[in-house]
Amino acid sequence: MNWKDFFNMGGYAFYVWGSYLTMLILIGGEVLAVSLRKQKLATRQFSRTGTSEDGNQ
Amino acid sequence: MNWYKYASPSAFYPLAGRLIPWFAIPAAVLFIAGLYVGFFVAPTDFQQGEAYRIMFIHVPAAWMGMLLYVLMAGYAAIGWAFNARLASMMASSISIAGASFTLLSLVTGALWGKPTWGTWWVWDARLTSTLILLFLYIGFISLQAAIDDPKRADRAGAVLAIVGVVNVPIIYFSVQWWNTLHQGATIRILGKPSIHSTMLAAMLIMLAACWLYSVAVTLMRLRCIIMEREQHISLVNAESRSRLQTSVQA
Repeated sequence: MNWKDFFNMGGYAFYVWGSYLTMLILIGGEVLAVSLRKQKLATRQFSRTGTSEDGNQ
Repeated sequence: MNWYKYASPSAFYPLAGRLIPWFAIPAAVLFIAGLYVGFFVAPTDFQQGEAYRIMFIHVPAAWMGMLLYVLMAGYAAIGWAFNARLASMMASSISIAGASFTLLSLVTGALWGKPTWGTWWVWDARLTSTLILLFLYIGFISLQAAIDDPKRADRAGAVLAIVGVVNVPIIYFSVQWWNTLHQGATIRILGKPSIHSTMLAAMLIMLAACWLYSVAVTLMRLRCIIMEREQHISLVNAESRSRLQTSVQA
């Protein structure tokens, strides 16, 4: 298979890859946002109780 | 085993943590498998050319947007009717994932519509009702964010979510009720699907991946919401206690 043809998507490259990029941004962004939210909460809990989420000192 | 125990947010918190990898890892595997089948196995469509490959995300995203809305309204209703905090938190957590999938279905729909219909957007029944779905999600999220008291925020959100459920069958049947530009259902519950079997396989694998991803990310966010709302309880202790129990049982 020819990779150049593959990336060209029969002339629909912008639309096809644009769609998949949107999915990547939305899913990646959601996971990143949740991870940051969790990290922020974990540091707050650490400063309050002196224990990390795992219960380690 | 007493399942009612997990209705309490602090008891569910460690369980949710243990469940996440069981959904996240299969989701990642199925996303890769779905993309492989979608791009390397499924043939080129004789009418739409390669542009149809957008459908492998558009269709699952649109389904997830509708299904998650019903699920969100269901949890919100349970939380409201039985005063169950965990169910209300679940509704808040689902709303973000649902809004994200609905937005994805609209964007991918526009990206497919431009080369296929020749326009990014038409005020067609299905497109318009899906846009209303996105506004309902945004309304739910901003309403909850605007109210400081979590109990009142849950109740107000529940009313909005339940009223908005009416829109879901409207979206689903819009292609039958009105003469729309949007095509009819590709996959029918009864009868044969109207597409090639490898195309159908790619779509179903992507749908399964989206489901698993939604569960994983919803549980992750739910843990954050529990942490934020139940600050008076030390979840750290709850988690280490449950780990201790499991290790004792093992």
